[in-house]
Amino acid sequence: MVLYLLLMLFLPILTLFATGFSLPPDRFWSIATSNLAWATYGITISLALGSAVCNGVFGTLVAWVLVRYDFPGKKLIDASIDIPFALPTAVAGVVLTTVYSENGILGRLFAPGSPLGSLWGEEGLRLAFARPGVFIAMTFVSLPFVIRTVQPVLEDMEKEVEEAAWCLGASPATTFWYVIFPPLIPSILTGVALAFSRAVGEFGSVVIIAANLPFDDMVSSVLIFQRLEQFDYPGATVIGIMMLFLSVALLFVINLLQNWSSKSG
Amino acid sequence: MVKGKKISIEFLLITIALLFLGAMIYMPLLALLAEVVQGGWDVIVKTWHDRNFQSAVLLTILTAGIAVPLNTIFGLCTAWVLVRQRFPGRALVMTILDLPFSISPVVVGLMLVLLYGKHGWLGQIFDRFNIPIVFNLPGMVLATIFVSLPFVAREVMPILEEVGTAEEEAAKTLGASGWQTFWLVTVPNIKWGILYGVLLTNARAMGEFGAVSVLSGNILGKTQTLPLFIEEVYTNYQTGEAFAASLVLAMLALVTLVLKEWLSQKTGSGHRRIH
Amino acid sequence: MEQELGISVKNVSKRFGDFVAVDRVNLEIKAGGLAALLGPSGSGKSTLLRLIAGLELPDEGQILLTGKDSTYEQVQDRNIGFVFQHYALFKHMTVRENIGFGLRIRRVPHKQIKARVDDLLELVQLRGLGDRYPHQLSGGQRQRVALARALAVEPKILLLDEPFSALDAQVRKDLRQWLRRLHEEVHVTTVFVTHDQEEAMEIADHIVVMNKGKIEQEGTPAQIYDHPATPFVMQFIGPVNVMHRQKEQVFIRPQDVVVTLSPPTEPGTFTDRARVKRIINLGWEVQVELSLDDGQSLMAHLSREQFADLALTVGQVVYTTSKDERSFPLDYVI
Repeated sequence: MVLYLLLMLFLPILTLFATGFSLPPDRFWSIATSNLAWATYGITISLALGSAVCNGVFGTLVAWVLVRYDFPGKKLIDASIDIPFALPTAVAGVVLTTVYSENGILGRLFAPGSPLGSLWGEEGLRLAFARPGVFIAMTFVSLPFVIRTVQPVLEDMEKEVEEAAWCLGASPATTFWYVIFPPLIPSILTGVALAFSRAVGEFGSVVIIAANLPFDDMVSSVLIFQRLEQFDYPGATVIGIMMLFLSVALLFVINLLQNWSSKSG
Repeated sequence: MVKGKKISIEFLLITIALLFLGAMIYMPLLALLAEVVQGGWDVIVKTWHDRNFQSAVLLTILTAGIAVPLNTIFGLCTAWVLVRQRFPGRALVMTILDLPFSISPVVVGLMLVLLYGKHGWLGQIFDRFNIPIVFNLPGMVLATIFVSLPFVAREVMPILEEVGTAEEEAAKTLGASGWQTFWLVTVPNIKWGILYGVLLTNARAMGEFGAVSVLSGNILGKTQTLPLFIEEVYTNYQTGEAFAASLVLAMLALVTLVLKEWLSQKTGSGHRRIH
Repeated sequence: MEQELGISVKNVSKRFGDFVAVDRVNLEIKAGGLAALLGPSGSGKSTLLRLIAGLELPDEGQILLTGKDSTYEQVQDRNIGFVFQHYALFKHMTVRENIGFGLRIRRVPHKQIKARVDDLLELVQLRGLGDRYPHQLSGGQRQRVALARALAVEPKILLLDEPFSALDAQVRKDLRQWLRRLHEEVHVTTVFVTHDQEEAMEIADHIVVMNKGKIEQEGTPAQIYDHPATPFVMQFIGPVNVMHRQKEQVFIRPQDVVVTLSPPTEPGTFTDRARVKRIINLGWEVQVELSLDDGQSLMAHLSREQFADLALTVGQVVYTTSKDERSFPLDYVI
């Protein structure tokens, strides 16, 4: 088992660092902070953060609806939440591009000249092959995280606690904000952090839906891929290390959040 | 009156939730189905007879066929060691075990290229024996193993924890050897968890794109798995074939979900775990 | 003095699907009283309490709180205090925040809240624990916080749903006496639900025995114990022997069984010959299991002195009569 772990997990990570840090420090630094690299970090992190927050809001809402309300087809919808986890990212990229491109059923709504598109001016709002498309792909692949972390906490919440608040004179809205919502915060944050972590590293769906134009909608993982295609290993390695740092930091944050939510639960 | 207000809020929230899920999940899937239907039977037949498609399907099954059993055996051992043994660095191993979930697939590919490439530590060794890894089948298998590594262990660990050691100890007092205890007592207790893990491992193994893409070098017909094939034909504007092939993988995803649902009912816990 | 009104429940029913939880119940609880709703699980006692609180709406009937028709009044507006079986404390709030919650909702100034919470912490004997979180408290302490939280808003009525059932035996005993004393201090109309007859006897001044959604009997603890109206009440309150004699069911409390070594001389008393089957010496009393000639068995609880006087041994033949017994026709369904 140790050998397997060593071979499959540790050694690859070690190689990445060894390769990266065998470069002269100033070379490392100049690659890591080149204009293009900076641009991809900014694009990746801002879009991933946006999609994670979007999932935080809508995911909490979906979890609430699934736990608290009864409506036809609820079971099916609950099971379908995991589709983004089960669907290969290449397929996700293809179907999302189809729907959100200018001729797609949802992309059409924002096309030039359409009522919604006109809100963004004459050009309309380009979804696929632009940043909004990357945002959509990231939101899709990380959609289940918040729902699946919040759902069990909501389910375990005792009805009595709410009733106690009512008896003390709290309205349903007050009860929600003061009694129900605060215990959900750790699990919502855990879900958002997981979603963010997944969105930052996403490649398959993003590379398909994006135009992958540098400084426009190219994310870090696509940049690494392009560097690899050009056999520019040092360039790929340095940015890979930067991303790995981010992943490890996020993993650490997620662990802290999970401890917090299990403690306050 | 108050009741009416409550119901309208309920209606509003359900509508928002369904709109969100509709735009993100249901519309795209329906669109895929519609495209395939629109493309017609001819496209499906043409795709089916496409040699590149056929070899991609075979290669997908082959990589999964190697990666899934290896990761299952390894996952079981890891789960057992991490739950039943206490050793320094246990927490660290558990954290590192999650890394394949959070590292970008492209970075995974990159790491493997560096390690097994011509100048890599292991690559040099394999090169001496003339075994090509990178841009070849072995590399793709390695990438698949890496990204689907933790599933079995992650699913089995909590069940193993829950089952406890009492039954294993009882078996030992009745004279069962370590192996007998494992096969006759431990495995039956965790078999649904194992199956659940295998299912997730397989779904990920067959669907992986990023890491495999880096390792494949993308030589048509030789080193293409189904996800790679889809991307290739889609970007070449052979959308009909791309949709037909996508539908195959989407079906696989749906079957996985149905089995998953069935299994979580079997385990009785109804637990939903993320990843 | 202005006459105060308590709780009136008039012809109230509540159904859950086909199940009738509360069946046309009429009940009066006087202001300042301390009443117990006593019954087995599923008897409708908790539902009745929740109806009074407004956590459930009745299918028919009327509920008056302090003289005001509150049948369709919102829970929030009823000004009641409710204590839940599993405390239902807000886990993310400190003890202070929990107790002050109702006052915060009512926008009471901070200073006043603090003063009131201090008083209540004193009252429930939790001074110094105000800044703890619920998970840092013991079960008994949590239940006292729940009580203080309910009392903070100075409710007209205090309702407790099986308040002590989740606690250890010893803590439960202490809290019972404490609740009784607390009621003497605060004097708010109080109703609590319990399935434990000992608990009802010990705390309440008025007991309402419920079974299958209906009230079987109500009265003071002494009335209920000494004059049970139905076989159900007889069996539910305290241990009892159920004997069959001709077409009658006879209920005899074990402490009412009289054991003698020779047949009683008074004419007219019903006497059975029996054999001692088993002797269980509990120290403060001795329980003797007797086997009657017709095969029925009878339990007698004797004091230490009585037992010493009789000097019983297993297998010995004795005669039994009863100081008190109640009979009901055989076809009476419990």
